[in-house]
Amino acid sequence: MQMNMVSAINNALDIALRESNDVVLLGEDVGKDGGVFRVTEGLQAKYGEDRVIDTPLAESGITGTAIGMALAGLHPIPEIQFAGFMYLAFDQLVSHAARFRSRTRGTLTVPMVVRTPVGGGVRALEHHSENPEVLYSHIGGLIVVEPSGPYDAKGLLLRAVHMQDPVVFLEPTRIYRLFREEVPDDAYEVEIGKANVLRSGSALSIITYGTMVQPVKNVVEKKRVDAEIVDIRTINPLDEATVLASVKKTGRAMIVYEAPLSFGAGAEVAARIAEKALYELQAPVMRVAGPSLPYPFPAYENFATPNEKRIGDAIDKLLSA
Amino acid sequence: MDENGNIDASLLPGDVDDAKMVSMYKYMLLTRALDAKILSLQRQGRAATYAPSLGEEAVHIGAAFAMRKQDFFVPNFRQHGMYIVRGFPLDRFVLYWKGVEEGDAIPKGFNGLSVSVPVSTQIPHGAGIAYAFKYRKQDAAVLTFVGDGGTSEGDFYEALNFAGVFKLPLITIIENNQWAISQPRSRQTAAKTLAQKGIAAGISCVQVDGNDMLAVYKAVRDAIANAKNGPTLIEAVTYRLSMHTTSDDPTKYRTDADVAAWQKKDPVARVKAYLAGKKQWDDAMEQKTAEEQQKQIDDAVAKAEAFKPDPRSMFENVYSFMPEVLKQEEDAAESANFWR
Ligand SMILES: Cc1ncc(C[n+]2csc(CCOP(=O)(O)OP(=O)(O)O)c2C)c(N)n1
Ligand SMILES: [Mg+2]
Repeated sequence: MQMNMVSAINNALDIALRESNDVVLLGEDVGKDGGVFRVTEGLQAKYGEDRVIDTPLAESGITGTAIGMALAGLHPIPEIQFAGFMYLAFDQLVSHAARFRSRTRGTLTVPMVVRTPVGGGVRALEHHSENPEVLYSHIGGLIVVEPSGPYDAKGLLLRAVHMQDPVVFLEPTRIYRLFREEVPDDAYEVEIGKANVLRSGSALSIITYGTMVQPVKNVVEKKRVDAEIVDIRTINPLDEATVLASVKKTGRAMIVYEAPLSFGAGAEVAARIAEKALYELQAPVMRVAGPSLPYPFPAYENFATPNEKRIGDAIDKLLSA
Repeated sequence: MDENGNIDASLLPGDVDDAKMVSMYKYMLLTRALDAKILSLQRQGRAATYAPSLGEEAVHIGAAFAMRKQDFFVPNFRQHGMYIVRGFPLDRFVLYWKGVEEGDAIPKGFNGLSVSVPVSTQIPHGAGIAYAFKYRKQDAAVLTFVGDGGTSEGDFYEALNFAGVFKLPLITIIENNQWAISQPRSRQTAAKTLAQKGIAAGISCVQVDGNDMLAVYKAVRDAIANAKNGPTLIEAVTYRLSMHTTSDDPTKYRTDADVAAWQKKDPVARVKAYLAGKKQWDDAMEQKTAEEQQKQIDDAVAKAEAFKPDPRSMFENVYSFMPEVLKQEEDAAESANFWR
């Protein structure tokens, strides 16, 4: 069926709730309201108030409670209304979700999927456009996933729910209703920790994910450059092998992401390329990213977020380097 | 003051006369008119997401009038009337809701902070500012706001606790408008009242009719008078007559009948009835005020819309100095004409 990302995620949650009685959803406005983006629409009516739980307004409470549920054998899927409010839950994620397995040598685990909308481009108020993927990736112990479209969103989410690990599942708001694609009605999984080569090419490798996948694809198509596009999909753990194989083939690498440039995913990818593919490079690695600033208010976001023009200019520069 | 504008004269604060009531009423009207204007701008794509204050004006206007110039205002995001009474330039207020940082720039002498979107996280700031006042032996109190939903956050409890321990001049108003987006007040706590949350912190707490401007005024004035002895928690019981924000559809979770019941308790209409009864207000005055205020609002919107964002301001207000690496990013962006 043709689905946008909202309906694909809703469908994945529906399947997860149907598959196992241990799966519960909890969060602010997820029940009766169906979530502020309508991602959980209809699920409370279908599965009841004790499985799709409207919680008090408290992110640390939601996350800490979900950790407790997971420790007791449930498989909670907490929703944090916006990534900008997940900082209130940071302690629970970093101090506990990420560490239970390692501190108890595998005897206690936290199987849960924390879903939250990320990214800008929707003219939202302050704190509603955050890109925190590396904050969670840096910790160790948290799996961090960011899909770029409906098909991957459903498959990655179902995979995440079937794992026994804490997964931070980042949903780009800009893509929620941006486009539809064919999504199977039945359950399927997309592997976590595996990048997706969206287009193969030989002139350069563009490594990207989330909101930047679409503009990268558009530019490559319009400019008719022979670019290889790698959607890493999982930020942590990084699929280094796919990235290196691509870069060794093309000899030129560019990393495109919306989050602030400095200390971002680009730094990690570039470092691995420098460590393991330096001699295959024909030009320095390039990064196209948001400025190293707090995400601006809506009136300024078009000056900050990488767009097709910027990506196109960078491609020209990299190809002529 | 009851729903029909009748007052118990024995409770009327001594420093409230008819002239002051008329002034408060005019500010209610201005707040409501500006609220409607920004809502309509948003609907035309000329403003960002907006959180209307319709129905909650008595909380803001009552509190603002009770404050002294030196008292300090720490907002959440819905206290529009507070900004207006305390002299925040209207064009800047409009600019904020158009999604521009310059709209959050605080004019000198305003004695207040910028909007805080993450609910409750501003209350500890209020406690810190109150600590600074006490430390410097300044005769000033801090007034902060939180919603009914916001009282479920840890920061709310932590701040009240600090305020209690250090006996800080912090007044926290819980603006209980019955809803936190789709969630009713009953979903936030099993406690009977929100005011009683102050008891565990060992601080004074009181519940008032938040649609009664005079009740809010008196509660805040008393709390300020007592601020040198310690904090106060005030629960103002009111109702959000409009949507949560322009992104919200309240028909999904509440009925028209619920809203209609509260419309009868409108905080503005009752002040008008009171003033009309005392021959202090009539339709002609209402008409004239509406025209004057509309002009004031139109001027503010025109000024806000003339503002042109300068993308360099994003880079130049992040640190007290300009780091070399950030300068490089700015120069690259500028030489590419900010990627337009
Ligand atoms: C920490 C945090 N979590 C979530 C949100 C999203 N959000 C914005 S307002 C709101 C409800 C707030 O309800 P309440 O505190 O009662 O204030 P009201 O909106 O009714 O004025 C929510 C959940 C937020 N702004 N901050
Ligand atoms: Mg509320």
